[in-house]
Amino acid sequence: MSETPRLLVEPGRVVLSGSWTLAEMLPSLSRLQAGLAECSGDHWDLSAVTRLDSAAAVLLWRTWGAKWPAHLVAGELPRQVLTRVAELPREMPDSARPRLRFPEWVGMLVLKAAANLRGMIALFGQLLLDVGYLIRHPQDVPWKELTANVYKAGAQALAVTALVGFLIGVTISYLSALQLKSFGADLFIVNILGISIIRELGPVLVAVLVAGRSGSAMTAQIGVMRVTEEIDVLSTMGISRSIRVVLPKVFGLTVAMPLLVLWTSAVALLGGMLAALLQLDLSLVYFLDNLPRAVPVSNLIIGLSKGVVFGFVIAVVACHFGLHVKPNTESLSANTTSAVVTAITTVILFDAIFAVFTRQIGVPHL
Amino acid sequence: MSQPPVIELQNVCTSFRGKAVHKDLSLRVEEGQIVGLLGGSGSGKTTLLREILGLLKPSSGSVRLFGTDLNDPDVILQRNLRRRLGMLFQHGALFSALSVFDNIAFPLRELRCLDADWIRRLVHLKLAMVGLDATHGKLMPAELSGGMVKRVALARALALEPELLLLDEPTAGLDPDRSQNFVELVGDLQRELGLTVVMVTHDLNTLAGLASHVAVLADQHIIAFGPKAEVMTVDHPFVTGFFGADRRKLL
Ligand SMILES: Nc1ncnc2c1ncn2[C@@H]1O[C@H](COP(=O)(O)OP(=O)(O)O)[C@@H](O)[C@H]1O
Ligand SMILES: [Mg+2]
Repeated sequence: MSETPRLLVEPGRVVLSGSWTLAEMLPSLSRLQAGLAECSGDHWDLSAVTRLDSAAAVLLWRTWGAKWPAHLVAGELPRQVLTRVAELPREMPDSARPRLRFPEWVGMLVLKAAANLRGMIALFGQLLLDVGYLIRHPQDVPWKELTANVYKAGAQALAVTALVGFLIGVTISYLSALQLKSFGADLFIVNILGISIIRELGPVLVAVLVAGRSGSAMTAQIGVMRVTEEIDVLSTMGISRSIRVVLPKVFGLTVAMPLLVLWTSAVALLGGMLAALLQLDLSLVYFLDNLPRAVPVSNLIIGLSKGVVFGFVIAVVACHFGLHVKPNTESLSANTTSAVVTAITTVILFDAIFAVFTRQIGVPHL
Repeated sequence: MSQPPVIELQNVCTSFRGKAVHKDLSLRVEEGQIVGLLGGSGSGKTTLLREILGLLKPSSGSVRLFGTDLNDPDVILQRNLRRRLGMLFQHGALFSALSVFDNIAFPLRELRCLDADWIRRLVHLKLAMVGLDATHGKLMPAELSGGMVKRVALARALALEPELLLLDEPTAGLDPDRSQNFVELVGDLQRELGLTVVMVTHDLNTLAGLASHVAVLADQHIIAFGPKAEVMTVDHPFVTGFFGADRRKLL
């Protein structure tokens, strides 16, 4: 096949032949471009061109300096293609969006944060209203969704939280044991493990895991429902999206989190106990006997309350970001990321607040 | 000069979870044909197009495009093959994170040898071809109406001026005026570039205005393939049902 585009410069005229299409031009594009750039004649013969596509037409048009050459021999079809290119407006709007300057960027971030805060407060208020409505209309309570969410966020997370909790328990116990041994204070391992895991590590660890696991899933699910307009379908059916979609998620996670915290703390303590047994020869019976003495029960209550608050915060943040996904994939991924990051940050913030307000409670004085 | 057929399907079988969609399906499309693919809803037309594109592997049988088997392991060969095809998906499938302009520019930029000005001119050319303004280029896909999505998707499918164009229900959801425009547009392109087109359509006007050949997919295989006039006389419940009283309109 003699399909390759060819350029022949004869004295006084330029002859093009072959198939001038993007696909055929690609292998020798730079050579053709250079060749065309050198052609200066006013006589162009395109009669031997078998095909001319718009990419080639644009190339020719640019070579001609955006005007018709004085003498052009061309078939009807190439001429049509060239005419289309010639009819394009000379000034074409640029597609680029204006770039942001630094102060604008900072301002935008602040405004965004404020808008998110406002959105979450509004969502919180909406949830309160919904609860009020459901108390007055108990037949509208979406039991199925509620229980499904407890199962999804709680039961299905048991394995991963147990694994991580166990490993963390082993690690902390092992590292503490090394230190305590050198002081001869082996028995304090019970205090260290008990307080740190039950009061602090258990809830925060579970919160981080759950934010990554359930929080991101919630944002992605609600976000995709926004992208595919499923959320709008709910509204047209007269079903409140906050009662059917948001409330079950928030409720489910708020219920599941303290249970997960209890479970993870228990498994982490088990891991710590085993490590202590191997490292310090501390018997399991001794450990369990001394745990209630070393760790007042108020620590457990603090840990579980943290679980409730963290679960609520994670779910509200996740749902807020999910509801504000714009219908495109970029926004979906950005909001899922923001949801997880914001949820974890907020959880740590609340943890600090807890630490300040409960500093008098549950710390044994020896 | 005996060129290999543009599309050659041989004894293609496909099934989803044990349910057969295609059984021993064979089809041969030559260069320059505009084939209208007919078939009932759920008869496997979209699935067939996906197999031609190589997005879906048939359970048995072979698919050859331009004489090249889609199972050929050569990556470069496969990539060059894909550049010779354009597909208009049933629901547009625009990149939702990119503006209209960037959607159309995307395949051009991927070639990595066209400069910005060239790309900009080509994109505006394509926009004009499908009847959109330059100002539409800034819109995001979510801001478009259903018909506009179709047109932008067509513009993107045409960006590389492919030799083989696959259209999945291109005129569904367009008003009659637009579908007439569309028919003329594809007809023009076909003449200019010698395109080969395979289109799924339920619209008799589109079929009458555009198709040179008709393939009928029923009973899990192509029951009839040939020039329009021939296929209409086929005696099969689907064909008689589909054309019904409108047989004359097609001629
Ligand atoms: N990914 C899939 N998984 C299972 N079944 C599918 C899948 N894609 C299509 N099908 C089935 O194959 C059949 C043909 O589908 P399709 O090709 O989309 O039909 P149409 O001719 O309307 O375009 C349908 O019965 C559909 O349910
Ligand atoms: Mg289909």
